[in-house]
Amino acid sequence: MIASILALEVPSVPHVTIWEAGPLGFNKTAGIYFFATFMTLLLIFLGTRQKRLVPAGFFQNTAESSIDFVKNQIIMQTMGTDGLKYLPYMVTLFFFIFFSNITEILPGVQFPANSRFAMPVVLSLITWAMYMTVGIVKQGPLKFLKNSCIPPGVPKPILPLVALIELLQVLIVRPFSQAVRLFANMLAGHLILVTFAVLCAATWAASITLIITPFTFLLLVAMTGFEILVSFLQAFIFTILTALYIGTSMHPEH
Amino acid sequence: MSLLQLLAQQDPGELEAGLTAVGRGIVYGGAAIGPGIGIGLVVGNAITAMARQPESAGTVRTTMFLGIAFTEALALFGFVLAFIISG
Repeated sequence: MIASILALEVPSVPHVTIWEAGPLGFNKTAGIYFFATFMTLLLIFLGTRQKRLVPAGFFQNTAESSIDFVKNQIIMQTMGTDGLKYLPYMVTLFFFIFFSNITEILPGVQFPANSRFAMPVVLSLITWAMYMTVGIVKQGPLKFLKNSCIPPGVPKPILPLVALIELLQVLIVRPFSQAVRLFANMLAGHLILVTFAVLCAATWAASITLIITPFTFLLLVAMTGFEILVSFLQAFIFTILTALYIGTSMHPEH
Repeated sequence: MSLLQLLAQQDPGELEAGLTAVGRGIVYGGAAIGPGIGIGLVVGNAITAMARQPESAGTVRTTMFLGIAFTEALALFGFVLAFIISG
Protein backbone atom coordinates (compact mmCIF):
# COMPACT_ATOMS: atom_id res chain seq x y z
CA MET A 1 0.00 0.00 0.00
CA ILE A 2 2.88 2.36 0.84
CA ALA A 3 4.50 1.37 -2.43
CA SER A 4 1.35 2.26 -4.36
CA ILE A 5 1.22 5.70 -2.73
CA LEU A 6 4.86 6.41 -3.42
CA ALA A 7 4.47 4.74 -6.84
CA LEU A 8 7.73 2.91 -6.37
CA GLU A 9 6.81 0.10 -8.74
CA VAL A 10 6.91 1.41 -12.27
CA PRO A 11 3.86 0.52 -14.37
CA SER A 12 4.34 -0.62 -17.94
CA VAL A 13 4.01 2.05 -20.58
CA PRO A 14 0.49 1.24 -21.94
CA HIS A 15 -0.87 1.57 -18.40
CA VAL A 16 -0.31 5.30 -18.17
CA THR A 17 -4.01 6.00 -17.82
CA ILE A 18 -4.57 3.58 -14.93
CA TRP A 19 -4.59 5.06 -11.46
CA GLU A 20 -3.00 2.89 -8.79
CA ALA A 21 -4.84 4.04 -5.71
CA GLY A 22 -4.12 3.77 -2.02
CA PRO A 23 -6.65 4.43 0.77
CA LEU A 24 -9.57 6.68 -0.34
CA GLY A 25 -8.11 6.72 -3.83
CA PHE A 26 -5.15 8.76 -2.64
CA ASN A 27 -1.99 8.20 -4.62
CA LYS A 28 1.15 9.99 -5.72
CA THR A 29 -0.67 12.04 -8.35
CA ALA A 30 -3.22 13.27 -5.82
CA GLY A 31 -0.40 14.03 -3.39
CA ILE A 32 1.35 16.17 -5.98
CA TYR A 33 -1.87 18.06 -6.66
CA PHE A 34 -2.21 18.75 -2.94
CA PHE A 35 1.40 19.95 -2.97
CA ALA A 36 0.73 22.24 -5.96
CA THR A 37 -2.39 23.72 -4.33
CA PHE A 38 -0.53 24.25 -1.07
CA MET A 39 2.47 25.88 -2.79
CA THR A 40 0.23 28.21 -4.81
CA LEU A 41 -1.63 29.29 -1.68
CA LEU A 42 1.61 29.66 0.28
CA LEU A 43 3.33 31.78 -2.34
CA ILE A 44 0.41 34.17 -2.74
CA PHE A 45 -0.21 34.27 1.05
CA LEU A 46 3.42 35.00 1.94
CA GLY A 47 3.75 37.41 -0.97
CA THR A 48 0.77 39.53 0.00
CA ARG A 49 0.99 39.30 3.81
CA GLN A 50 2.79 42.62 4.13
CA LYS A 51 1.98 44.81 1.18
CA ARG A 52 5.03 47.04 1.23
CA LEU A 53 5.07 49.85 -1.30
CA VAL A 54 8.60 48.97 -2.35
CA PRO A 55 8.60 45.17 -2.68
CA ALA A 56 11.09 43.48 -0.39
CA GLY A 57 11.87 39.89 0.36
CA PHE A 58 11.80 36.82 -1.83
CA PHE A 59 8.09 36.04 -1.63
CA GLN A 60 6.76 39.51 -2.33
CA ASN A 61 9.19 39.96 -5.23
CA THR A 62 8.30 36.60 -6.74
CA ALA A 63 4.57 37.07 -6.32
CA GLU A 64 4.55 40.61 -7.72
CA SER A 65 6.81 39.90 -10.67
CA SER A 66 4.86 36.80 -11.66
CA ILE A 67 1.54 38.60 -11.36
CA ASP A 68 3.03 41.33 -13.52
CA PHE A 69 4.16 38.69 -15.99
CA VAL A 70 0.69 37.16 -16.23
CA LYS A 71 -0.86 40.59 -16.53
CA ASN A 72 1.46 42.00 -19.20
CA GLN A 73 2.45 38.92 -21.18
CA ILE A 74 -0.81 36.97 -21.07
CA ILE A 75 -3.85 39.11 -20.38
CA MET A 76 -2.92 42.40 -22.03
CA GLN A 77 -1.71 40.55 -25.15
CA THR A 78 -4.92 38.58 -25.64
CA MET A 79 -7.87 40.20 -23.84
CA GLY A 80 -6.91 43.81 -23.25
CA THR A 81 -8.01 45.81 -20.24
CA ASP A 82 -11.43 44.11 -20.17
CA GLY A 83 -9.72 40.90 -19.19
CA LEU A 84 -8.12 42.21 -16.01
CA LYS A 85 -10.96 40.81 -13.91
CA TYR A 86 -9.77 37.33 -14.91
CA LEU A 87 -6.30 38.04 -13.47
CA PRO A 88 -6.82 36.06 -10.20
CA TYR A 89 -7.97 32.95 -12.05
CA MET A 90 -5.13 33.18 -14.57
CA VAL A 91 -2.48 33.61 -11.88
CA THR A 92 -3.87 30.65 -9.92
CA LEU A 93 -4.05 28.51 -13.05
CA PHE A 94 -0.51 29.40 -14.02
CA PHE A 95 0.96 28.58 -10.62
CA PHE A 96 -1.07 25.43 -10.15
CA ILE A 97 0.00 23.97 -13.50
CA PHE A 98 3.57 25.09 -12.98
CA PHE A 99 3.89 23.55 -9.53
CA SER A 100 2.30 20.28 -10.58
CA ASN A 101 4.66 20.14 -13.58
CA ILE A 102 7.86 21.06 -11.78
CA THR A 103 7.69 17.95 -9.59
CA GLU A 104 8.94 16.22 -12.74
CA ILE A 105 12.49 17.23 -11.83
CA LEU A 106 12.23 17.37 -8.01
CA PRO A 107 14.57 14.70 -6.65
CA GLY A 108 12.66 11.93 -4.92
CA VAL A 109 9.36 12.78 -6.57
CA GLN A 110 10.34 12.72 -10.26
CA PHE A 111 6.81 12.64 -11.55
CA PRO A 112 4.77 15.38 -13.23
CA ALA A 113 1.20 15.06 -11.95
CA ASN A 114 -0.15 16.41 -15.24
CA SER A 115 1.12 13.33 -17.06
CA ARG A 116 -2.14 11.72 -15.91
CA PHE A 117 -5.05 12.68 -18.10
CA ALA A 118 -7.60 13.62 -15.43
CA MET A 119 -6.57 17.08 -14.28
CA PRO A 120 -5.74 18.54 -17.72
CA VAL A 121 -9.22 17.46 -18.83
CA VAL A 122 -10.83 19.12 -15.81
CA LEU A 123 -8.87 22.33 -16.34
CA SER A 124 -9.68 22.47 -20.05
CA LEU A 125 -13.37 21.80 -19.33
CA ILE A 126 -13.33 24.74 -16.91
CA THR A 127 -11.85 26.84 -19.71
CA TRP A 128 -14.52 25.54 -22.10
CA ALA A 129 -17.31 26.45 -19.66
CA MET A 130 -15.76 29.89 -19.13
CA TYR A 131 -15.48 30.88 -22.78
CA MET A 132 -18.89 29.46 -23.67
CA THR A 133 -20.49 31.38 -20.79
CA VAL A 134 -18.64 34.60 -21.60
CA GLY A 135 -19.57 34.32 -25.27
CA ILE A 136 -23.24 33.65 -24.59
CA VAL A 137 -23.51 36.41 -21.98
CA LYS A 138 -21.50 39.05 -23.85
CA GLN A 139 -22.71 38.43 -27.42
CA GLY A 140 -26.00 36.58 -27.00
CA PRO A 141 -26.45 32.94 -28.03
CA LEU A 142 -27.24 33.41 -31.73
CA LYS A 143 -24.61 36.05 -32.35
CA PHE A 144 -22.02 33.93 -30.53
CA LEU A 145 -22.92 30.95 -32.70
CA LYS A 146 -22.67 33.06 -35.84
CA ASN A 147 -19.37 34.64 -34.83
CA SER A 148 -17.78 31.34 -33.91
CA CYS A 149 -19.03 29.58 -37.07
CA ILE A 150 -18.34 32.17 -39.74
CA PRO A 151 -14.89 33.72 -39.82
CA PRO A 152 -14.71 37.06 -41.62
CA GLY A 153 -13.65 37.19 -45.25
CA VAL A 154 -14.47 33.63 -46.31
CA PRO A 155 -15.60 33.11 -49.94
CA LYS A 156 -19.23 31.98 -50.30
CA PRO A 157 -18.71 28.54 -51.97
CA ILE A 158 -16.62 27.03 -49.19
CA LEU A 159 -18.60 28.67 -46.39
CA PRO A 160 -20.57 25.54 -45.29
CA LEU A 161 -17.39 23.49 -44.93
CA VAL A 162 -15.57 26.24 -43.04
CA ALA A 163 -18.57 26.82 -40.77
CA LEU A 164 -18.75 23.12 -39.88
CA ILE A 165 -15.02 22.94 -39.17
CA GLU A 166 -15.08 26.12 -37.08
CA LEU A 167 -18.08 24.91 -35.08
CA LEU A 168 -16.38 21.57 -34.39
CA GLN A 169 -13.23 23.44 -33.44
CA VAL A 170 -14.98 25.66 -30.92
CA LEU A 171 -17.08 22.87 -29.41
CA ILE A 172 -14.72 19.88 -29.35
CA VAL A 173 -11.22 20.43 -30.70
CA ARG A 174 -10.29 23.38 -28.47
CA PRO A 175 -10.73 21.69 -25.06
CA PHE A 176 -9.48 18.35 -26.36
CA SER A 177 -6.29 19.75 -27.87
CA GLN A 178 -5.67 21.93 -24.81
CA ALA A 179 -5.91 18.93 -22.49
CA VAL A 180 -3.89 16.65 -24.75
CA ARG A 181 -1.19 19.28 -25.21
CA LEU A 182 -0.51 19.60 -21.50
CA PHE A 183 -0.85 15.88 -20.82
CA ALA A 184 1.24 14.64 -23.74
CA ASN A 185 4.01 17.17 -23.24
CA MET A 186 4.46 16.19 -19.62
CA LEU A 187 4.19 12.47 -20.38
CA ALA A 188 6.73 12.75 -23.19
CA GLY A 189 9.15 14.67 -20.98
CA HIS A 190 8.74 12.15 -18.19
CA LEU A 191 9.37 9.25 -20.58
CA ILE A 192 12.46 10.96 -22.00
CA LEU A 193 13.92 11.43 -18.51
CA VAL A 194 13.09 7.83 -17.55
CA THR A 195 14.62 6.52 -20.78
CA PHE A 196 17.88 8.33 -20.29
CA ALA A 197 18.08 7.40 -16.60
CA VAL A 198 17.54 3.73 -17.42
CA LEU A 199 20.04 3.99 -20.26
CA CYS A 200 22.62 5.42 -17.84
CA ALA A 201 22.10 2.49 -15.48
CA ALA A 202 22.22 -0.03 -18.31
CA THR A 203 25.41 1.31 -19.84
CA TRP A 204 26.98 1.52 -16.37
CA ALA A 205 26.19 -2.12 -15.66
CA ALA A 206 27.87 -3.60 -18.73
CA SER A 207 31.57 -2.84 -18.68
CA ILE A 208 31.98 -2.65 -22.44
CA THR A 209 29.44 0.16 -22.80
CA LEU A 210 30.90 2.10 -19.89
CA ILE A 211 32.57 4.43 -22.35
CA ILE A 212 29.27 5.95 -23.48
CA THR A 213 27.88 6.41 -19.97
CA PRO A 214 29.21 10.02 -19.66
CA PHE A 215 27.35 11.01 -22.83
CA THR A 216 24.05 9.53 -21.69
CA PHE A 217 24.53 11.16 -18.32
CA LEU A 218 25.28 14.56 -19.83
CA LEU A 219 22.23 14.25 -22.06
CA LEU A 220 20.16 13.34 -18.98
CA VAL A 221 21.35 16.51 -17.25
CA ALA A 222 20.62 18.58 -20.36
CA MET A 223 17.15 17.04 -20.67
CA THR A 224 16.45 17.83 -17.01
CA GLY A 225 17.27 21.46 -17.74
CA PHE A 226 15.08 21.33 -20.82
CA GLU A 227 12.19 19.93 -18.78
CA ILE A 228 12.32 22.94 -16.43
CA LEU A 229 11.74 25.09 -19.51
CA VAL A 230 8.95 22.79 -20.72
CA SER A 231 7.19 22.88 -17.33
CA PHE A 232 7.19 26.67 -17.39
CA LEU A 233 6.27 26.86 -21.07
CA GLN A 234 3.32 24.47 -20.75
CA ALA A 235 1.91 26.42 -17.81
CA PHE A 236 2.35 29.61 -19.86
CA ILE A 237 0.76 28.12 -22.99
CA PHE A 238 -2.21 26.64 -21.13
CA THR A 239 -2.87 29.99 -19.44
CA ILE A 240 -2.43 32.07 -22.59
CA LEU A 241 -4.73 29.76 -24.57
CA THR A 242 -7.38 30.07 -21.87
CA ALA A 243 -7.00 33.85 -22.05
CA LEU A 244 -7.10 33.78 -25.85
CA TYR A 245 -10.30 31.70 -25.98
CA ILE A 246 -12.04 33.92 -23.44
CA GLY A 247 -10.73 36.95 -25.36
CA THR A 248 -12.19 35.77 -28.68
CA SER A 249 -15.52 35.18 -26.91
CA MET A 250 -15.40 38.73 -25.51
CA HIS A 251 -14.25 40.53 -28.64
CA PRO A 252 -15.24 38.63 -31.81
CA GLU A 253 -13.37 39.35 -35.01
CA HIS A 254 -15.20 41.62 -37.38
CA MET B 1 17.04 -28.04 -38.44
CA SER B 2 18.48 -25.51 -40.85
CA LEU B 3 19.31 -21.99 -39.86
CA LEU B 4 16.44 -20.61 -41.92
CA GLN B 5 13.91 -22.75 -40.06
CA LEU B 6 15.46 -21.70 -36.78
CA LEU B 7 15.06 -18.04 -37.69
CA ALA B 8 11.50 -18.54 -38.91
CA GLN B 9 10.35 -19.94 -35.57
CA GLN B 10 8.23 -17.64 -33.48
CA ASP B 11 6.25 -17.77 -30.27
CA PRO B 12 2.47 -17.31 -30.44
CA GLY B 13 1.66 -13.61 -30.33
CA GLU B 14 5.17 -12.56 -31.24
CA LEU B 15 4.15 -11.38 -34.70
CA GLU B 16 1.31 -9.25 -33.34
CA ALA B 17 3.56 -7.65 -30.74
CA GLY B 18 6.20 -6.90 -33.31
CA LEU B 19 3.73 -5.44 -35.78
CA THR B 20 2.22 -3.31 -33.01
CA ALA B 21 5.63 -1.90 -32.22
CA VAL B 22 6.25 -1.17 -35.90
CA GLY B 23 2.82 0.46 -36.15
CA ARG B 24 3.54 2.67 -33.17
CA GLY B 25 6.76 3.78 -34.73
CA ILE B 26 5.08 4.55 -38.05
CA VAL B 27 2.23 6.46 -36.37
CA TYR B 28 4.49 8.70 -34.35
CA GLY B 29 7.04 9.12 -37.11
CA GLY B 30 4.34 10.07 -39.60
CA ALA B 31 2.67 12.43 -37.16
CA ALA B 32 5.95 14.22 -36.48
CA ILE B 33 6.74 15.13 -40.11
CA GLY B 34 4.20 17.89 -40.65
CA PRO B 35 4.55 19.59 -37.25
CA GLY B 36 8.34 19.47 -37.64
CA ILE B 37 8.15 21.45 -40.86
CA GLY B 38 5.46 23.70 -39.36
CA ILE B 39 7.42 24.57 -36.22
CA GLY B 40 10.44 25.29 -38.37
CA LEU B 41 8.41 27.73 -40.45
CA VAL B 42 6.88 29.40 -37.37
CA VAL B 43 10.15 29.89 -35.52
CA GLY B 44 12.10 30.85 -38.61
CA ASN B 45 9.64 33.55 -39.57
CA ALA B 46 9.45 34.76 -35.97
CA ILE B 47 13.24 35.15 -35.90
CA THR B 48 13.12 37.05 -39.19
CA ALA B 49 10.46 39.35 -37.74
CA MET B 50 12.47 39.90 -34.54
CA ALA B 51 15.62 40.66 -36.51
CA ARG B 52 13.81 43.16 -38.69
CA GLN B 53 11.99 44.87 -35.86
CA PRO B 54 13.68 44.24 -32.51
CA GLU B 55 11.27 46.63 -30.76
CA SER B 56 8.34 44.28 -31.46
CA ALA B 57 10.19 41.21 -30.15
CA GLY B 58 7.89 40.80 -27.13
CA THR B 59 4.71 40.55 -29.18
CA VAL B 60 6.36 38.33 -31.75
CA ARG B 61 7.62 35.98 -29.05
CA THR B 62 4.17 35.55 -27.50
CA THR B 63 2.61 34.92 -30.90
CA MET B 64 5.41 32.51 -31.75
CA PHE B 65 4.71 30.42 -28.65
CA LEU B 66 1.03 30.36 -29.55
CA GLY B 67 1.87 29.23 -33.07
CA ILE B 68 4.20 26.55 -31.75
CA ALA B 69 1.48 25.33 -29.38
CA PHE B 70 -1.08 25.03 -32.17
CA THR B 71 1.35 23.31 -34.53
CA GLU B 72 2.75 20.97 -31.91
CA ALA B 73 -0.72 19.67 -31.03
CA LEU B 74 -0.78 17.46 -34.13
CA ALA B 75 2.48 15.76 -33.19
CA LEU B 76 1.15 15.20 -29.69
CA PHE B 77 -2.04 13.62 -31.04
CA GLY B 78 0.22 11.19 -32.88
CA PHE B 79 2.17 10.57 -29.68
CA VAL B 80 -1.01 9.75 -27.75
CA LEU B 81 -2.37 7.65 -30.62
CA ALA B 82 0.84 5.60 -30.61
CA PHE B 83 0.02 4.59 -27.03
CA ILE B 84 -3.62 3.89 -27.79
CA ILE B 85 -2.71 1.36 -30.51
CA SER B 86 -2.66 -2.05 -28.87
CA GLY B 87 -1.86 -5.46 -30.25
